[in-house]
Amino acid sequence: MFEAIVITIATAATPLLIAAMGELVVERSGVLNLGVEGMMIMGAVTGFSVAYMTGSPWLGVLAAIVVGALFSLLFGFLTLTLVTNQVATGLALTLLGLGLSGMIGESFVGLPGVKMGTVNVPYLSELPYVGRLLFGQDPIFYISIALTIGVSWFLFYTKAGLTLRSVGDNHASAHALGIRVIAIRYMAIMFGGACAGLAGGYLALVYVPQWVEGMSAGRGWIALALVVFASWRPGRVLAGAYLFGAVSIGQLHAQALGWPIPSQLLSALPYLATIIVLVLISRNKRLTMVNTPASLGQPFVPDR
Amino acid sequence: MSQTRAVDGTPLLEVKGLTKVFGQLKACDSIDLTIGKGEIHALLGENGAGKSTLVKMLFGSLEPASGEIFWNGQGVTISNPGQARKLGIGMVFQHFSLFEALTAAENIMLSLDDDTSILAIAEKAHGLSKAYGLPLDPFALVGDLSVGERQRIEIIRCLLQEPELIILDEPTSVLTPQEADKLFETLERLRSEGKSILYISHRLEEVKRLCDRATVLRHGKVVGHCDPRQETAASLARMMVGSEVITATRPPAAIADATELLSICGLSRKPAGPFSVALKNIWLTMKAGEVLGIAGVAGNGQGEFFEAISGEVTQESPDVIRIRGNPVGKLGISERRLMGAAFVPEERLGHGAAPRMKLSENLLLSRFKTDTKAFLGKFGMVRTSAIAEASKRIVSEMDVRKSAEDPEAASLSGGNLQKFIIGRELDRQPSVIIVNQPTWGVDAGAAARIRQALIDLARGGSAVLVISQDLDELFEVSDRIAVMHDGQLSSPLPAAEMTLERIGLLMGGSQTATESKGDAA
Repeated sequence: MFEAIVITIATAATPLLIAAMGELVVERSGVLNLGVEGMMIMGAVTGFSVAYMTGSPWLGVLAAIVVGALFSLLFGFLTLTLVTNQVATGLALTLLGLGLSGMIGESFVGLPGVKMGTVNVPYLSELPYVGRLLFGQDPIFYISIALTIGVSWFLFYTKAGLTLRSVGDNHASAHALGIRVIAIRYMAIMFGGACAGLAGGYLALVYVPQWVEGMSAGRGWIALALVVFASWRPGRVLAGAYLFGAVSIGQLHAQALGWPIPSQLLSALPYLATIIVLVLISRNKRLTMVNTPASLGQPFVPDR
Repeated sequence: MSQTRAVDGTPLLEVKGLTKVFGQLKACDSIDLTIGKGEIHALLGENGAGKSTLVKMLFGSLEPASGEIFWNGQGVTISNPGQARKLGIGMVFQHFSLFEALTAAENIMLSLDDDTSILAIAEKAHGLSKAYGLPLDPFALVGDLSVGERQRIEIIRCLLQEPELIILDEPTSVLTPQEADKLFETLERLRSEGKSILYISHRLEEVKRLCDRATVLRHGKVVGHCDPRQETAASLARMMVGSEVITATRPPAAIADATELLSICGLSRKPAGPFSVALKNIWLTMKAGEVLGIAGVAGNGQGEFFEAISGEVTQESPDVIRIRGNPVGKLGISERRLMGAAFVPEERLGHGAAPRMKLSENLLLSRFKTDTKAFLGKFGMVRTSAIAEASKRIVSEMDVRKSAEDPEAASLSGGNLQKFIIGRELDRQPSVIIVNQPTWGVDAGAAARIRQALIDLARGGSAVLVISQDLDELFEVSDRIAVMHDGQLSSPLPAAEMTLERIGLLMGGSQTATESKGDAA
C-alpha cells in the first residue's frame, strides 16, 4: 500500500519536475516563457498520436520532445529576434497550444493509447518496499531524475552553465564581453520546449495513456510557479514537485476516506502547501538574490 | 612622447578614419589615433564626445561604419570582443561588465576564451592581485563588493589575458583619491613592463600626471593631439570643451545669524542588511546660505545617511530630523519635500530617474506631490503642457543636451541626465537640498555648471548638503566640511581650516577594514 502510494506520487511529480526543470534553464538565461502549458499540451497530443499510429511509445516520446522544442522556437523567434513582449508572447503560446492540440487531437479522442512499460530490473525490482519504487518505474521517471542532476551539474559546474547564468544575470555585460546572448537564449528556450514536450508526452503515454483535450490541466502553470518558488534552484524544484505530487495524491486519499473537509479545500491543498513550504525555505534573501536571474523577462537588443 | 615612438617604428595600434553613425548622429567622425608601445595615451573629451563609442569599436563591441584599424602594422577587422582579446586588447569598462550574482573568479572565467578550471583561475587571480597590490577575494560575490573592489576584478580579469593594450574607460570616476593613487601605481608598473594603455578620462590633473600623450575629441571629431604634461589643466579643458571653462565661484557666505534649516539630532540606524553600515549618533545643523560638504571613502554610511535624511527610511522619533524647524523623522519622502526639502540620490538611473520614462514623465513623478496645482488638473488629470513647459525651462536653465524633444532618461549621457535631475530639484527653489555625489562621472563643463548652481542656491538663502567622494569638488563648493567614517560624522570645520591631510586622517581608520578584507583574499 505504502509503496503504491509513493509510486503514484512519483507519477504525479514527474511531469511537473521535467517541465519545471526545462523552464528553470530558460529563466536562468533571462527569458520568461509563460508558454509551458501550451508546449506541454502540444507534446501530449503529438506523443499520443505518434505512439498510436506507430505503436511505439518511444517514437511518441521522441516526437513530443521535437514538437515541444519546435513550438518553443516560435516563442524564441518572436521574443528574441522580433523582440516582442515575453509575457504576452508566452500567454499567446499557451493559448495557441491549447487550441491547436485540440484540433489535432480531435480524431484521437477516446481511442485506447499506448502505455509505456516499466523498467523492472530483474530481482532488484522485487525488493520489499523500495524495489518497485527504485527499480521498477517507467523509463521517463529515471530520465527526470537524471535531468535534475544533469541540469544542476551543467549550471553550476560547467563553463557553458556559467555563461548561461551570466546571460540571465546581466545581458548587457555579457554582450560587452562578447558572449552571444541571443544564441544562448535560443538554445535555452529550445531546451525548455523539449522538456515541456517530454512532460506532455509523459502525461499521454504514462500518466493516462489516452488523449483528452486540455489534459495538461494547468500543470504547466504549476511548473512555472515551482521554478519561481524554488528560487531557480534545481534541487528545490525536485523537492517542490514531489511535495506537490505528495499532497495531491494525499488529498485524493483523504477524499476517499471521507474526511469532513470540503473537497474544494482539499483540492486546493497541494497548491497551498507547495507555495507555503517553498516560500519558507526561500526566506534567505541573500540566496534568493544570488539565484534570481536579474535580467529575467527584459528584452535585449544588442547595439552593433 | 617622441621617445616612445622612436624606440619602435611601428605603433602598436593605428586607427585611420574610424566612423560610427547612430541614426542621424555621427558619434565618431573619421577618427585618427596612434598608440605606441609602452605608452599611456589619454583620450580626452566631454561626455558624448564619442570616447566610449570609439573604444567599443576598438574592442569589437561596435561595428565601425568605415575606417581602418592597424594592429602592429597589420590591417585588422575586430568583429567581436573575443577577437579583440585574442589580438591582445583588454578592456576595463566604465560601468563594469560584471555579474553581481557571480563570484569574482566566475566573472573572470567568463572573459577567458580557453577552458581553465575555476580553481586555477582563482589561483592565478590571487597571484596577480598580489603582484600588483590589488587585494581581491576570488570567491567573494561581486554583489557584495564596493566599486573599488569591483574595478580590481575588472583590471585583474583584463591582466589575466596578458594584453598588449589595456583600455580603461573612466577608471577613476568611481574611486577615492587613495584608490586612484593605487591604480596609477599599477598603471605605471604596466607601462614599465612595456604594455600600452589607452586611458579615457575627463579628470585633467590625473591625465597630466599619468599620460604620455593625449588625443582630444569633441563632438565625435579629433580636435587635437598633445603632450598633456606640456599643457595646463585649463588649456586641456579648453581643447575639450571648445571654450573657456569656468570653475565655480563661491562668494563668502553670511550665515552667522541665519535661520537653522536642517538639524539632525542623534541620528542612529541599525545596519539594513549584512553588508550595510550602521549610522552612529550623527549630529548636524545647517543654516540658510551655506554649503556643507561630507567627505568619506565610499561605503562608510553615506548611502544610509542619505536614505535616512531623504525619508526613504524613516526614523523612530520625529525629532531626530528637523527641516525648517518641523520634526520630520517619521515622515516619508513626499512629506519631507513638502516641507521644502529636495533630494538628489547617487544613482542617476533607477533611483534619480526612471530610465525608460521620458524626461517630462520623470519630472512629474518627482514633483506631482509638491507641485500638484501646477502639474495636475481636475481629478488628477495630468497637465501635459505645464509639465512640458517646466521640463523645457529646466533643460534650458541647466543646458541639458539631448537628441530629441522629450527623450527617455536612459538615452541621455550621464552628465546631461545629472544636470536634468539637479535642475529638476533646483527649479523648485528648495530651502534644503541634499545631493549625493553631484558630479559622479560627469564631464568638466557639466560639473562646473552643477556646482555653481548649488552654490547659487545656497547664497540665495537655502541650505545645501553635498555628499561626495571628490575632494576637489568639496573644496570648490563647501563652506564647511565634515567627514563620514564607519557611520560616524566628524564635526564640520570651515573649509579654509581643512586640509587634504586632515581629511585623509579623518577618513583613516578605515584602513584596517580594507586590509583585513585584503588578507581574506
